[in-house]
Amino acid sequence: MHLEDLEALAARYHAEETHEQEIRVCVAASCQSSGSLPVLEALQSACAGQGNGRCKVKGVGCMGLCSAGPLVAVAKRHAPLNESVLYRAVTPQDAAEILASSGGAPVERLRCPTDQPFFQRQVRIVLERSGLIDPESLPEAIAHGGYSALIQAITEMTPAEVIREVTASGLRGRGGAGYPTGLKWSTVAKMPGAQKYVICNADEGDPGAFMDRAVLESDPHRVLEGMAIAAYAIGASKGYVYVRAEYPLAVARLETAIRAARRAGFLGARVADTPFGFDIELRLGAGAFVCGEETALMASIEGLRGQPRPRPPYPAESGLWGCPTLINNVETFANIASIVRRGSDWFASIGTQGSKGTKVFALAGRIKNTGLIEVPMGISLRTIIEEIGGGIPDGKGFKAVQTGGPSGGCIPADYLDTPVDYDSLKSLGTIMGSGGMIVMDETACMVDVARFFMEFCMSESCGKCVPCRTGTWQMHALLDRIARGEGTPEDLALLEELCEVVQSMSLCGLGQTAPNPVLSTLRYFRHEYEAKLQNQPLRKPQTQRGTG
Amino acid sequence: MPLSTARSNVRVVTLKIDGRDLSAREDETLLEVCREHRIPVPSLCYLEGLSVWAGCRLCMVELVNQNRLVASCATRAAEGMEVQTDSERLRRYRRTLIELLFAERNHVCAVCVSNGHCELQTLAQRLGIDHIRFAYRQAHEVLDSSHELFRLDHNRCILCTRCVRVCDEIEGAHVWDVMGRGSQCRIISDLAIPWGQSETCTNCGKCVQVCPTGALIKQGTSAGEMVKDRHFLPILARRRAR
Repeated sequence: MHLEDLEALAARYHAEETHEQEIRVCVAASCQSSGSLPVLEALQSACAGQGNGRCKVKGVGCMGLCSAGPLVAVAKRHAPLNESVLYRAVTPQDAAEILASSGGAPVERLRCPTDQPFFQRQVRIVLERSGLIDPESLPEAIAHGGYSALIQAITEMTPAEVIREVTASGLRGRGGAGYPTGLKWSTVAKMPGAQKYVICNADEGDPGAFMDRAVLESDPHRVLEGMAIAAYAIGASKGYVYVRAEYPLAVARLETAIRAARRAGFLGARVADTPFGFDIELRLGAGAFVCGEETALMASIEGLRGQPRPRPPYPAESGLWGCPTLINNVETFANIASIVRRGSDWFASIGTQGSKGTKVFALAGRIKNTGLIEVPMGISLRTIIEEIGGGIPDGKGFKAVQTGGPSGGCIPADYLDTPVDYDSLKSLGTIMGSGGMIVMDETACMVDVARFFMEFCMSESCGKCVPCRTGTWQMHALLDRIARGEGTPEDLALLEELCEVVQSMSLCGLGQTAPNPVLSTLRYFRHEYEAKLQNQPLRKPQTQRGTG
Repeated sequence: MPLSTARSNVRVVTLKIDGRDLSAREDETLLEVCREHRIPVPSLCYLEGLSVWAGCRLCMVELVNQNRLVASCATRAAEGMEVQTDSERLRRYRRTLIELLFAERNHVCAVCVSNGHCELQTLAQRLGIDHIRFAYRQAHEVLDSSHELFRLDHNRCILCTRCVRVCDEIEGAHVWDVMGRGSQCRIISDLAIPWGQSETCTNCGKCVQVCPTGALIKQGTSAGEMVKDRHFLPILARRRAR
């Protein structure tokens, strides 16, 4: 298959569609949980009753503004979200009215304006098809440019050229640490070995983060395409998507997508009738957060206990079953097709010096517009929270925003003008992370926040190494005592010492970064800790004889 | 498998450990080099003859001119490497780790059959630990006395997994494994059944001999009587490697 054949196929799919208007109902997990499936059914039966074929009702992926769900967009065929009439909190009873209004005057009482900053300030690359296409339909993905980058890569580019493009784009890993993607690819490509693997890490587990879920539920073909391009570039023939079982909808859509891609020849022994062969299998996580750590993830795929091992050797050298393995996050793979299709120069023109492209964030917590956003790197936190997020509800004041989940930290109001990029966030004592952004208002207690994340790390520690297994337990106990107002200055000193030990001595990233929420809240909100300490004189040290 | 198996095309490198110039094969780990030259580096999970676990973190050492610490059991020697195995910082961290282990389960040396022959106790003494600053977890742990020859006391287990590895790698029975997460981790026999009911256990006792504390012991021993003998391990491991 050549690019022209794919374009002809896309044109055919376009020609087959005769409707003028389409009604898009979000069927991603968050809108489903607020009841979008009955809305979809009501609209479909109302549309079938009309029976003139002018209008098509379809389920689509996430449109972003999850707090206003179920969302329904009425638009001209293929018109982007910004040009559609968007309705919020739609119920099945509204179906007839919405259908009657399509192409005419909108139903004002349900209207959700799309000229607000939430929609206008976003730049959509990863989410470009999210909310536009039916995630379960391969033809719709193809009609919107799906798999054209894969065909372009394998028929018109050498693997080295693909890697050069990815390197030149400046793309960095979206899983959290921000390792340069092109460098990772070229390392695996240069490793000797007949068998190599590509793994997509979809074991998203940070509290408050749901970017990967939304991508997989809204546009799964995009991720498969990115993985196939990576496989071609590094010389792999087999790929795995490691997705957590808590995402049943994402799993179901991935399964549908993989089956459809195989049948259409985009996966399999001869991808698009070329000698390049690549197939993808799903592996479901069994609920352990640590399996998002790459060495633990690979152990889990191999059927072993999900525990990290020391690195080096890195997966690039000795990964899955000892073979060179490329492991990237969902969002990283979701960027690849756009980079190949539109060129590295285009991608590198977005973002900042050290952080290129866009980043998807999951806005959560005390903020008006909770949901999924994609913004260019370098945008300020203030723009995200005050403009896109709509600020803090109930007239409360902003206190802090937490990024990076249990490995990240809190950023106070003084630093809201910081640009969002890997290096700026790191200098503030937090990390970009996978994209969770939890906003807290003035009523939040920062000791509670630290305790919450420490409880998470404690219960998610795999138990392999001593500092993480027992250190997080002790830190949680100390935080709990301080939060209850029973802590002493010695407790605080001990907590700080434990932070240092756990950070320096732990085996994997989970343990090494577990103290971050404590360290960052101590850095900016130390007074809150101190205010909770008992001001009693030095009590007798609570010690017990350890030996003998 | 031990990291260093005799290979023919391996290079020999020179490195500096605690200011001493030493030579090592490049497939040797820093800990192996240290043990060879009697440089004392504490460790509880490492045992010559078993695979590397890197879980106790006591053997962490400083790489000079690098800000980070590495586990010497899992780091190979490299040309020009400069290693510091002892420093004020490392001693402080190691003391904290030992204290954390004491606070995690119920280690009562006075009544322990391994009193005087316990690696955890010896390390605590060597590091000058005279009290525990952390709250004891007061965990309710159980004792498995179902085996006719041996006994497992979870109160004294530090989850080093030496028993798991020796049973799997040397005896080939894989009776032991780890269940649960974090502080809920437990060593289990077979699929979490009493040891005495295990159909895979060969009664060889290797796990008992490699256990660093009084967690795995012989039945019928009393306080301080359990002396362990593990010199068999490097010899067996050498034979297996051939």
